[in-house]
Amino acid sequence: MSELSVNHLLGIKHLTAEDIQLILDTATQFKEVINRPIKKVPTLRDITIANLFFENSTRTRLSFELAEKRLSADVVNFSAASSSVKKGETLVDTVNNILSMKVDMVVMRHPNPGAGEFLSQHVDASIVNAGDGAHEHPTQALLDAFSIREAIGTLEGTKVAIVGDIVHSRVALSNVLLLKKMGAEVMVCGPTTLVPKYMHTLGVRVEHNLQTAIEWCDVANMLRVQHERQDIKYFPSIAEYRAQYGLTMEHLDALEKPIVVMHPGPINRGVEITSEVADSEHAIILDQVQNGVAVRMAVLYLLAEKRKLSKG
Amino acid sequence: MSKREIIDARELNIALNRLCCKLIENHGDFSDSILIGLQPRGAKVLERIVGLLESDYQVKNIRTGLLDITFFRDDFRRRSGHLQPNKTRIDHLVEDQKVVFIDDVLYTGRSVRAAMDAILSYGRPAKMELLTLIDRRFSRDLPIQPDYKGRQVDSIASQRVEVLWEDVDGRDAVLITEPTS
Repeated sequence: MSELSVNHLLGIKHLTAEDIQLILDTATQFKEVINRPIKKVPTLRDITIANLFFENSTRTRLSFELAEKRLSADVVNFSAASSSVKKGETLVDTVNNILSMKVDMVVMRHPNPGAGEFLSQHVDASIVNAGDGAHEHPTQALLDAFSIREAIGTLEGTKVAIVGDIVHSRVALSNVLLLKKMGAEVMVCGPTTLVPKYMHTLGVRVEHNLQTAIEWCDVANMLRVQHERQDIKYFPSIAEYRAQYGLTMEHLDALEKPIVVMHPGPINRGVEITSEVADSEHAIILDQVQNGVAVRMAVLYLLAEKRKLSKG
Repeated sequence: MSKREIIDARELNIALNRLCCKLIENHGDFSDSILIGLQPRGAKVLERIVGLLESDYQVKNIRTGLLDITFFRDDFRRRSGHLQPNKTRIDHLVEDQKVVFIDDVLYTGRSVRAAMDAILSYGRPAKMELLTLIDRRFSRDLPIQPDYKGRQVDSIASQRVEVLWEDVDGRDAVLITEPTS
């Protein structure tokens, strides 16, 4: 196998099927590493990584930080709340200041779509997009794909339903792009107000009935309703959303074949899925979290590999 | 590119048998020993040695593992191309056990250095030993020597030493490959 075709991970859009395969295969080896008695390897000991979070995040930031530390990289953390961004500094200035401290890679979450792409054109560091607005969240899609492959055995031909708030979800877009590239069948399901009109142009089925979706799929990826991104009311009430799109044990028990239930977290228990479903054997939510560290280690390893040391 | 056979199937078989006998001399019933094949090519040597120990020497219950050293290499970002990691399988605790690393060709010794580092992720072995089918003499970059060697080979840096296996390549043999100038 050859190296990644890209120097940055800005979105699934830029990856080839071979790149995705390479990342998932490499993550398999890293999953073994993080289950060893000593979970650290020295591979990135000469790499410094800055985690720049211009938007709140708990699990993604923790997952990246752990992945970086397991690879022995030096890590600096930066969050917008406590920074000069508040004082009016531009993104390029902020990042160039950090890079002048000899940082090799930047993991960035930013509220503006395309922020990572913009940065990659202006600074000399490998950029990993950890979520840019409602645009893409490539490592989440990669860890979801890894988890599906682990649970089902393959992505090709697997039927995946992505249910919930599609329009505000960067997870949904990255998942759709990745699953299509890897030959899976994809359906999005949600209220008409929360499913973007362009969805069918991506080659996915659009469904508005949860029952139909779960009867069709092998895997249901239940997305969180993103109240914080909703400027207007997209559905009448939480109770109505729960009644129409909340996944319950009754749904799962009535199915002819068992399905795998995923959720990128954080869960609104009792809204998109009930506590019972989240804690059931159908759910692989905590596996997703563990796989997240392995997949991020693979991404960092493969991007670092492309930054060859110059001799002399 | 010219290829020259330096060891044939019969000689290879004698070497493997001799290695088994030496292992038995030092490890007895192997009750506190673990044989670890270094990925990727040490796996095949491990398979043959364990097969012989079980069938011809009646040693049973040999504990084995496979170790990939990719993430412990010292040439990451220093060589062109991709370093592909392989599967690691260590199902036994190595703490206080005698570990024998098994590989096909010992050349610079850098892989073995990485293996010594990598195995410590699974505990502190009582002892580490090295078995290699082929020892390329006078080519070490590090102060590492094998405890068990099948055959010593004199070669120069531009040559490649390649081990063939019957079930993979159609015959057992060791070849020296030389680039034609």
